[in-house]
Amino acid sequence: MKHLLSTRDLSAASALRLLDVAEEMSAVGEREIKKLPALRGRTVVNLFFEDSTRTRISFEAAAKRLSADVINFVAKGSSVSKGESLKDTAQTLEAMSADAVVIRHPASGAPARLAASDWIDAAVINAGDGTHEHPTQALLDAFTLRRHWARIGGNASPGTTLAGMKVLIVGDVLHSRVARSNVWLLTTLGAEVLLAGPPTLMPVGVGAWPCTVFYDLDVAIAQRPDAVMMLRLQAERMNAAFFPSTREYSRRWGFDDGRLALLDIMGLDDTVIMHPGPMNRGLEISAAAADSPRSTILAQVRNGVSVRMAALYLLLSGDTHDDDQHDDEPQDDAQRDEPDDNEPHEPLHPLPIPEGRTR
Amino acid sequence: MTDMNHAANPDPSTEYLITGASILGKTTADLLLRDGRIAAVGDSAAAQASPSAVTIDAAGLVALPGMVDLHTHLREPGREDAETVETGSRAAALGGFTAIHAMANSSPVADTAGVVEQVHSLGLASGWVDVRPVGAVTVGLGGERLAELGAMAESRANVRVFSDDGICVHDPVLMRRALEYVKAFDGVIAQHAQEPRLTEGAQMNEGDVSAVLGLAGWPAVAEESIIARDVLLAQHVGSRLHVCHVSTAGSVEIIRWAKARGIDVTAEVTPHHLLLTEDLVRSYDPVYKVNPPLRTSGDVQALREALADGTIDVVGTDHAPHPSEHKDCEWAQAAMGMTGLETALSVVQHAMVETGLLDWEGFARVTSVTPARIGRLHDQGRELAAGEPANLILVDPAARWTVDPAAMATKGRNSPFRDLELPGSVRATFYAGHATVLDGALATPRQNAPVQEVLAWKK
Repeated sequence: MKHLLSTRDLSAASALRLLDVAEEMSAVGEREIKKLPALRGRTVVNLFFEDSTRTRISFEAAAKRLSADVINFVAKGSSVSKGESLKDTAQTLEAMSADAVVIRHPASGAPARLAASDWIDAAVINAGDGTHEHPTQALLDAFTLRRHWARIGGNASPGTTLAGMKVLIVGDVLHSRVARSNVWLLTTLGAEVLLAGPPTLMPVGVGAWPCTVFYDLDVAIAQRPDAVMMLRLQAERMNAAFFPSTREYSRRWGFDDGRLALLDIMGLDDTVIMHPGPMNRGLEISAAAADSPRSTILAQVRNGVSVRMAALYLLLSGDTHDDDQHDDEPQDDAQRDEPDDNEPHEPLHPLPIPEGRTR
Repeated sequence: MTDMNHAANPDPSTEYLITGASILGKTTADLLLRDGRIAAVGDSAAAQASPSAVTIDAAGLVALPGMVDLHTHLREPGREDAETVETGSRAAALGGFTAIHAMANSSPVADTAGVVEQVHSLGLASGWVDVRPVGAVTVGLGGERLAELGAMAESRANVRVFSDDGICVHDPVLMRRALEYVKAFDGVIAQHAQEPRLTEGAQMNEGDVSAVLGLAGWPAVAEESIIARDVLLAQHVGSRLHVCHVSTAGSVEIIRWAKARGIDVTAEVTPHHLLLTEDLVRSYDPVYKVNPPLRTSGDVQALREALADGTIDVVGTDHAPHPSEHKDCEWAQAAMGMTGLETALSVVQHAMVETGLLDWEGFARVTSVTPARIGRLHDQGRELAAGEPANLILVDPAARWTVDPAAMATKGRNSPFRDLELPGSVRATFYAGHATVLDGALATPRQNAPVQEVLAWKK
């Protein structure tokens, strides 16, 4: 794997390896010194063409915990409106010897374009592109779900898949890169994915996706999902005739107190509620749901750093540039060679995983 | 800048004796070209040739009427960095064209007699093909009021085709009036069928692929609904309608229905819509970004069948050169359009002739005879017979070549056929009896009468 552009192209083996390495990274975060020397001397550029403080600081924390040098390049708005093209920006970063570029861009496909071009040699990590994908968000969601699934199954998280798990994703699927990345990744990992939302916010062509679509949230909840992931409703959709009013949206597709109670009534004691943040409390999710013990929202944020550490580590450590087709078996990352680093450093070895972190 | 070509111009009275050409892929015969006309066909050609005639051995080559493009973007005036009349018409000659229609979306827009005469004069000065300006339907392509269609029709450019191409004439009243008005001078409205509200921000065909790629969809219905409206308007007011770059199977059905009802509608398909599908967009490479967008393989098949059965009348290239910076960027920011003049013959041979859907006579019908009739070009798209104007090409159908955009005569490097191996090569192009292309390479432009005048004010 040279780049991380989408989860659609991620094999189950590569995805599991990423999640397993993320477990090790998570253990690092439990130490007194939360830092590994793995990427010392490497340069990671956070190239953000769109506001996203959360994702940017998550990547920044991840890179710093791996001892990489971090450059934040925040260019709000499109590159063209700034007058400099993506190509020129990329070539500038190339001239600065960036080893990895973490890119957030409002145009779908911009990271793929960067990776395929000869503008820059660096590894490219997609930190969200338009309405296409947000692979590290899906990986952190999968990581969070896997810990939960392993815990209630009485298993250890590493090596576990999501087989048998039922995940319901609710809201504006049409414009959601989080939904797309999750549909591909969660199904690759063995989960069954259900989608619910207004028909106007489901893409034409969703019928070809490996999931079931519901227009009625309560019918979807009646399928007894193990997790309900609420998508953020973007402000710009609210006045574009996708639905009559935010109140009607909230009544039909919001996770409100009534639906929170419904989970209890249905005896779905282990069903968790997820949200990629930032939330519109009272719109797609009620405050009670967001703050309930079922909510994994803060765990998702915490796990984001571990997953992004794993992605940076695997892309930059030099020994994983083999392609996915070689990865028929998930490797035991704990036994893998160290990154190709001249300096002696602390080995990356497995540490005990704390229990019950998702609840 | 272009004077060197004119300096190298040979005696315009050069005679060409073409021996052993396969006429429309049927009978083999000699052709004698003299004084801008086909002087003789058959055994008498050699006998009538003067001793100074240049003999071209055309054994194995197919002789066809010069291709006529109803849909070319030459970018001049305004975007001479993208293309000029000179470079675009060179590309056209190399591609086997003897006439091209220059779309009106230049800057300034070709919406007055002055601009269409300028483009026409630049074409005459270049001398590689007959450059026929298309006039805008509405002032500034603004879609609000009619441009001076009559003035353009009566100008020296003698405009017959009117189009706001790139933008749909979406106001139904304005479209009705335009259709009616051009009846006064036998004009035709060439519609870019795209319902604007249904395609706001549209990036690619709406369907399975757009759903995965997260690119805003351009639904087939946005094209089909306008075509349906326009054929009914054309029927109501008894006018002639031409539909540009038809791209969907549903559009084909509507046009087939309209023709069955006797509505005077003609339709065009581009070479790229006959070959390429939306799956190429998965690369996010903007060289595949075009309007209307690449569609599905089912659409491609329907378009091929429609071109074969006459539902679609003509191939139009929609040649749309762009400077590299307009394609060397993110998909959403990239310009729409593809070059096509130098690949049209090969793509149509590949998609239509080698599949058995069209023979060379059919090829001539869709690339020359019918487009000339729609554009009212009386000296183009004619039979290859004695006495006819000598607008013809010699094609080697057995040739195979690999598309290299960097080697093209157009300024645009945005060919979606890059690195594809395609059949068929234009060996010679004769424009009014003058060889603009010989041995597959540019020869010399034809010297047209007002050349000196135009060259003077170009400086």
